[in-house]
Amino acid sequence: MVWVNAVIQGILVGGLYALLATGLSLSFGVMRLVNLAHGDLGMLAAYLSLAIVSVAGIGPLESLVVVVPVMMVIGYLLQRSLLNFTLRGEVLPPLLVTFGLAVIIQSGLLTVFSADSQGLNAGAIETASLGINDQIAIGWLSLLTLAVAVTILVALQLLLSRTGLGRALRAASDDGEAARIVGINNRHIYGVAMAIALGTVAIGGVFLGIRTTFGPADGPARLIFAFESVIIGGLGSLWGTLLGGIILGVSQSIGGQISPAYQVLAGHLVFLAILLLRPTGLFSRPGAREA
Amino acid sequence: MTAPGAPVAPHFRVQRATRTSRTTVVLGVALLAGLATLPAWGESSTMRLLIQFFALLAMAQMWNLLAGYGALVSIGQQAFVGIGAYGLFVFTDLAGLPVLVAIACLAAATVVIAAVTSLFAFRLRGGYFAVGTWVIAEVFRIIVTNVHELGAGTGVTVQSLVRMPAADRLALTYWLALGVGFGSILLVTLVMRSRLGLGLAAIRDSEVAASGLGVNVQLTKRIVYVIASVGCAIAGAVVYVQLLRIQPTAAFSVDWTVKMIFIVVIGGLGRIEGPIVGAIIFTFMRETLADCCPAFPSAYLVALGLLMIVIVVLAPRGLWGLLTSRWPISLVAIRRRLVSRERRS
Repeated sequence: MVWVNAVIQGILVGGLYALLATGLSLSFGVMRLVNLAHGDLGMLAAYLSLAIVSVAGIGPLESLVVVVPVMMVIGYLLQRSLLNFTLRGEVLPPLLVTFGLAVIIQSGLLTVFSADSQGLNAGAIETASLGINDQIAIGWLSLLTLAVAVTILVALQLLLSRTGLGRALRAASDDGEAARIVGINNRHIYGVAMAIALGTVAIGGVFLGIRTTFGPADGPARLIFAFESVIIGGLGSLWGTLLGGIILGVSQSIGGQISPAYQVLAGHLVFLAILLLRPTGLFSRPGAREA
Repeated sequence: MTAPGAPVAPHFRVQRATRTSRTTVVLGVALLAGLATLPAWGESSTMRLLIQFFALLAMAQMWNLLAGYGALVSIGQQAFVGIGAYGLFVFTDLAGLPVLVAIACLAAATVVIAAVTSLFAFRLRGGYFAVGTWVIAEVFRIIVTNVHELGAGTGVTVQSLVRMPAADRLALTYWLALGVGFGSILLVTLVMRSRLGLGLAAIRDSEVAASGLGVNVQLTKRIVYVIASVGCAIAGAVVYVQLLRIQPTAAFSVDWTVKMIFIVVIGGLGRIEGPIVGAIIFTFMRETLADCCPAFPSAYLVALGLLMIVIVVLAPRGLWGLLTSRWPISLVAIRRRLVSRERRS
């Protein structure tokens, strides 16, 4: 029964990983941009929420009303003012610039908020759970996280498939040059994609902050988990990212059940095994271009 | 008269050495000889600074070989710094070998480890290779953290070197650092002058064209990855001959790679002179900014991060590239030039 519990908890954590990974998947899908500052931007959102909670006296979930739009604006401006200038078709510039950003954000958070661990307090929902039997209990917060992740993925899917903006995003993704010829403003579209990416990672960052304590140096670990979710699921597939997050969550949960020391290692090993056996990921879109 | 059909001697030859490059060699040897005498008359603080400088220079040269020449952006080179550190412990303390032999042994072991690692890392390309190598470095860190013989999470101290007199150990570390610093420059020069380097240059210009001309792209990149990893392991071992205390979080810290990247990109990616310029700027900024604002210890990282972003966007060839675009000089003889043969009567 402990193993069933481990699997259930792993699936629920997978929702959080998917939230943190969706933006990475989207910015890669649309702009071929691997954003190495993605995890640190998620932590920035968590700290932003922390600041709002302590100033305005509202709960972290309510603070999302402010945090998400702020992060979206940051994303749009970042893309238009900086990242667009690195997308010249070479491999190195976007990696180096986002890596530099990551270091700056980490150092900035460390200076402003110190190295102490922080936590976001969401009140009763953090501990409330749905008891299935005496060994399995499903936390409402975890369930909410997974539900939010699924909702966001459904919304993104609808946005991409049903709206004019979605068509423009897909066109810019498939062939940026051709999209420009038919009158799509790529620079603006890339800005919108980065805004959506940072909006989703902001939600992920705040849910992470409610779930566990966090510090200014946690960004890289979040980036790595997000990255593993994307690769396990397969490049270019949003639903693959959700399943990738769940597989990573379950692997870590089962590894942690064997021994707490193996929790993170188990996730890494499953990731490396998939890399070796099926390098395109489990659910990759046929014809998805590689990085 | 040559017989019809016999190969005609071409009227040109490939030349690499220039007057500047010959001067560089002479001055470089003189500088090395001068620096080697430092333990006899220099301050120990100067020697410590130079040990860090040359170790970082060597690591940066290796990262430049990977990214600047091989287009392989790795954020996982700290894996090999850590392997070098723990290799030093294993071969000196556990195996009882002298330092130099231990370093040779850990270099040989790293060849195998890097080759196996490449099986995973080379499944990924571009940005995904970057994060993939990072995951692999994390795996090494976690494994070491769980091995009791390697001190697990608390780490180990290299006991056999603790017993050495402090002045002797400082001089030894200094000479080793001098060796890896100058050695890394020599190594990259030799690689780039070799057939392997020619293949790398071709791959950098166009992977498709290079493979069309018979360059084995994957093998070439793998060899470069192994060379750069072994170089990092040796430099890492030298750093820990000085530090002695090895902890998994510090030895496998991504900060090592952050420094390598800053040094290479600011100095000049894809040029041997780049990491030298970058290492000087990095050391200067760290030393000055650490003194000026003690309340903000990571100020130099923020400053270097900003400088790197500006350089990538506005001057992708780095500071050395800016300099040479105005005054075209090349201190190291790598570029092949065709020179017409002087006719002999």
